[in-house]
Amino acid sequence: MSNNILIIAEGRADGLKKVSFELVNVAQPLAAALGGAVQGAVVGSNVGAWANTLAQTGVTQVYVADDAGLQNFAPESYTTALAALIHAAQPAVVLFGATGWGKEVSARVAAQLDWGLATDCTAAQIVNGALVLTRPVYAGKAIAQVQAKSFPIMASIRPNIAPPAETNKTAAPIQAVTITLKEPRAQVVETVAQQKSKVDLGEANVVVAGGRGVKGPEGFAPLNELADTLNAAIGASRAAVDAGWIDYTHQVGQTGKTVAPKLYIAAGISGAIQHLAGMSSSKVIVAINKDPDAPIFKVADYGIVGDLFDVVPALNAAIKKEQGN
Amino acid sequence: MPYNIVALLKRVPDTESKITLRDNAVVTEGLNFVLDPYGEYGLEKALQLVEQHGGKVTAVLCGPADAKETIRKALAVGADDAVHLSDPAFEGGDAAATARVLAAALKQIPFDLIWSGKQAVDQDNAQVPERVAELLDLPHVNSVIEFTLAADGKTARCVREVDGERDVMTTTLPAIFTAQQGLGELRYPSLKGIMGAKKKPITDWNAAALGLDVAAVGAAGAKFQVIQLEPPPARPPGKIIPGDAQTAAQELARLLHEESKII
Repeated sequence: MSNNILIIAEGRADGLKKVSFELVNVAQPLAAALGGAVQGAVVGSNVGAWANTLAQTGVTQVYVADDAGLQNFAPESYTTALAALIHAAQPAVVLFGATGWGKEVSARVAAQLDWGLATDCTAAQIVNGALVLTRPVYAGKAIAQVQAKSFPIMASIRPNIAPPAETNKTAAPIQAVTITLKEPRAQVVETVAQQKSKVDLGEANVVVAGGRGVKGPEGFAPLNELADTLNAAIGASRAAVDAGWIDYTHQVGQTGKTVAPKLYIAAGISGAIQHLAGMSSSKVIVAINKDPDAPIFKVADYGIVGDLFDVVPALNAAIKKEQGN
Repeated sequence: MPYNIVALLKRVPDTESKITLRDNAVVTEGLNFVLDPYGEYGLEKALQLVEQHGGKVTAVLCGPADAKETIRKALAVGADDAVHLSDPAFEGGDAAATARVLAAALKQIPFDLIWSGKQAVDQDNAQVPERVAELLDLPHVNSVIEFTLAADGKTARCVREVDGERDVMTTTLPAIFTAQQGLGELRYPSLKGIMGAKKKPITDWNAAALGLDVAAVGAAGAKFQVIQLEPPPARPPGKIIPGDAQTAAQELARLLHEESKII
């Protein structure tokens, strides 16, 4: 085992995900404290371009498992490939992005290697030589600090907790790792059309969310317009989802997604405890609600007491004007 | 053809409850415990499959002795029997340690397929079912929202939701499936179901019954130790922006631009 940190990059059709670049910056102070280096890994089919990009982020080495058998996602094949990359790199710490993909594959790889894995961490540091991770539990109603008893160890890191590394460094060497895949028993056979929202809720910088106050499916229209202006993802409270006004994939809260964007705009959301759990670590929270006593105002940095159907369009116009300045 | 289906369940605090902490632990007195919502979606699908094809549903829950009451809820909605994995040695385990307990138990229970929640809403680990799949050398499909068994019962076709995409996945059986919201809410128990649940069998297994080394489970077998558990940092008090919608919206846009520098 080395003292290195290995980050597992991930991408989609349009390139590496932003969280992959963020992982480089999460890993740097850990590597410095352990006296090791930050290395990167990519896995997939035809991922040479991803490897080249990752090599310019300041990592000292990139490992690649590139195999036609990884064209379609298959948990077992990706587990085999990632375990081979980790075996080649011999790191002290492996970091994944805490995306759906990252959480799924990291769990299976951790079991195969019999390593510990801390999921969905919001901070990582080395304290007295040990890895200490901060992770929200009960969807953010409590914050745990967990210490790894030993190395090697794994963690998945939530998007948006560090700035993304730039790709302006001297290219690091790239090492191909040969893998042998068995026919997987479970695999993706088809990817269905994307959902309506253009921005992924988990990774979005800005989230515009609606609750009971939007009054119906058509009530999301002004929120969608504001979201377009801000390049934001659309979120929703459980009340709006349970009423059938919007798909559950937009739900923010303890039984939905936990988000921590730079800006969270809650329109017509009262702020039930299970919703607050999912969004109260957002950097800036804006609440728009008719009820001045709504609990959402207790966590909001800025509040406007008023009808969202008046305030949201006015805010959209005002933001467009500010963006022009 | 009939199926033996296992529903992996967890006892968690109700999502509407406030979490109070004392001495780096959650205060459990007065806390309302429920079946984990994601596990419930899986249980519902298991019950539907047995209604369609025959077979039986076994609820499996790893938790403290007083989790029996929660297990009865699974029996009340229609699970045929239950296995309660309980031992003081299991407590304080992380995902690695708990997966070891579940995997050991599943070696003793005949099954064609296993349902689990995609995560539990207390620890939010989202790794136990995948770990169990790997330990038992089973395929898994994560975050399932639609599920169809092939007529020959040898494969299943799933729609699953991940990272804003929807995939169709196929797998051979036996396999582990994890349920996502959207698969379907758990039914309510009938009065007859609640009465009948009292007579349904619950098997208790501890570490010795499973042949588990107590050093490999619970806090002893965990790869992590919790060194601190705190409430989230309080947010600084915010400001209510006065004025009519136009005025307030313009002021908010200015603040987001100049004070927060977000837009």
